[in-house]
Amino acid sequence: MPHQTPAMIALADSSAFATGAARPAARITRRRHAAVLPGFGTSLAITSLVVLALIVFPLAVLVLRAASLGPAGFLAAAWTPRARAAYGVSLSASVIAAVASSLLGLLVAWVLARVSFPGRRILDALVDVPLALPTAVAGLVYSALYVKKGWLGQWLVPLGIQGAYSYLGIVLVLVFVSLPFAIRVVQPVIESLDRDTEEAARILGASRTQTFLRVVLPAILPAVVTGFALSLARALGEYGSVVFISGNMPFKTEIAPVLIVARLEEFAYAEATTVAVLLLAMSITLLVIVNTLQQRLARNAQ
Amino acid sequence: MPAKPTTTAASTPLAAVLVAGAVGVVGLLIVVPLASVFYEAFARGVGAWWSALADDPDTRHAIWLSLTVAPVAVAINTVFGVAAAWLVARFRFPGRSLLISLFDVPFSVSPVVAGLALVLIFGRQGLLGPTLAWLDWKVIFAWPGLVLATTFVTLPLVVRELIPVMEAIGPEEEMAAVSLGASGWQVFWRVTLPNIRWALLHGIVLANARAMGEFGAVYVVSGHIAGATDTMPLRVEKLFQEYRQPASMAVASVLAGLALVTLVAKFVIERRLEAESRELEATRTLGDDQHTRQLEGAAA
Repeated sequence: MPHQTPAMIALADSSAFATGAARPAARITRRRHAAVLPGFGTSLAITSLVVLALIVFPLAVLVLRAASLGPAGFLAAAWTPRARAAYGVSLSASVIAAVASSLLGLLVAWVLARVSFPGRRILDALVDVPLALPTAVAGLVYSALYVKKGWLGQWLVPLGIQGAYSYLGIVLVLVFVSLPFAIRVVQPVIESLDRDTEEAARILGASRTQTFLRVVLPAILPAVVTGFALSLARALGEYGSVVFISGNMPFKTEIAPVLIVARLEEFAYAEATTVAVLLLAMSITLLVIVNTLQQRLARNAQ
Repeated sequence: MPAKPTTTAASTPLAAVLVAGAVGVVGLLIVVPLASVFYEAFARGVGAWWSALADDPDTRHAIWLSLTVAPVAVAINTVFGVAAAWLVARFRFPGRSLLISLFDVPFSVSPVVAGLALVLIFGRQGLLGPTLAWLDWKVIFAWPGLVLATTFVTLPLVVRELIPVMEAIGPEEEMAAVSLGASGWQVFWRVTLPNIRWALLHGIVLANARAMGEFGAVYVVSGHIAGATDTMPLRVEKLFQEYRQPASMAVASVLAGLALVTLVAKFVIERRLEAESRELEATRTLGDDQHTRQLEGAAA
């Protein structure tokens, strides 16, 4: 996979590199001599201890706790009207935000990969801000920007656009937190595209639009879809920024993670747990989809 | 083989429009919010900013707490990351792919869900609740819970940085060291660590940023007790709920400043990483026969 810094890959939390990027030659030597290298036992012990204690055990306890309610109990706790409304808000806002991130991300990625202009490196560095900025800060600032007296709200609120304490606010912060994922997955793929094919298409008489739709888009579509799935996963689980800006009105602007916290604070463990298990199931499904896509992407790149 | 840079200058009208669009997107979504944190924080002058941070004992405690929780979580991450990357990049064993997928789980699980899972284990009504009560240990609503939650959300960051770099470097140098009689720790300190140092630093920087800024998971396990279990991001929220926006912005500006420092560090480290991977590529393309000739020369 040329051109991708390990950093980018890691930020996009792909497992493609780990599974498919070793050089074949190195792999063969390693297989033959693996037994020579020390530290298998120690590293296996540390790794499995941490993974089992910190990831597998807690999530298993969560699922078992929910399962102990039985099917009827689970449904009664997980499928209340307020919970259904929260799933609806979470899913719809996350899908809208992921679509927006993918489209805006495609634009930014394209410009960063293809066009040279003064300040390109700065723009490139700024893309990582949402990864480093604590989500609480993002939520606080977004709500301050879009209220009536805020920098942006003073123009938007008179037009009837409520960016703070509204559904739109949720979408806005979700786009903020998921944008880097959408950009960083697509950017290296655009960089590695073979421009000769595009030129050939143009010489053969295809218009710019035709070239983009028939030549470029098919090549980058897997990356765009991966970026979409990553953005969606990020958006579905997001809590910190949303809690500041959404107003958290049950049935209107309450997302599923906020509902979990609300139930937990009421000591309604059953409901908190079942909602969490449903959210977990969605995340794991998305993770599997992303991993499959990433492997396909890595294969295409070879 | 890295492709040549294939950028075009922004001279055509279409390119100019696209650049304007991208700058607009990043400007509106990222630059304006970032600028407004600092503007709002310093709107009443540096003195007011400082007193909002230093004169509030709860805020002081939150800063102190963040500074004690994050390094511990990062340290656990570093040990885990190095061990896990060594395991996965240097050995083949059954269950390896599953293990690699498990590394990614904290990225996709909502931090709130992770926090809840910890409460279900360590909370008063949790699985280990009675045992902990008997031992008189407090995990939830206390420092250990904060560390556990922070470690969980940052867990993939170091290992994800190291695996691709260790895979790319390959085990040849380490095997040579072993065959020359080096012990396991000698191989690690003299061969492996120098090779992966920039990637490791990169992972640590990212993990630290995430650890300092984590909100959801920490929120759930902390109980949100001012002056006791409030970290900096939680303090931001509490001040916001108390309608003390200037103080809230002051704490937020410290976190935002930290984020900017992180990005600069990340930028510098990434340049080192790119340089090293180019070097690696160059030595690889020297060709095997040249390498053999060098070896023969050394032998003779």
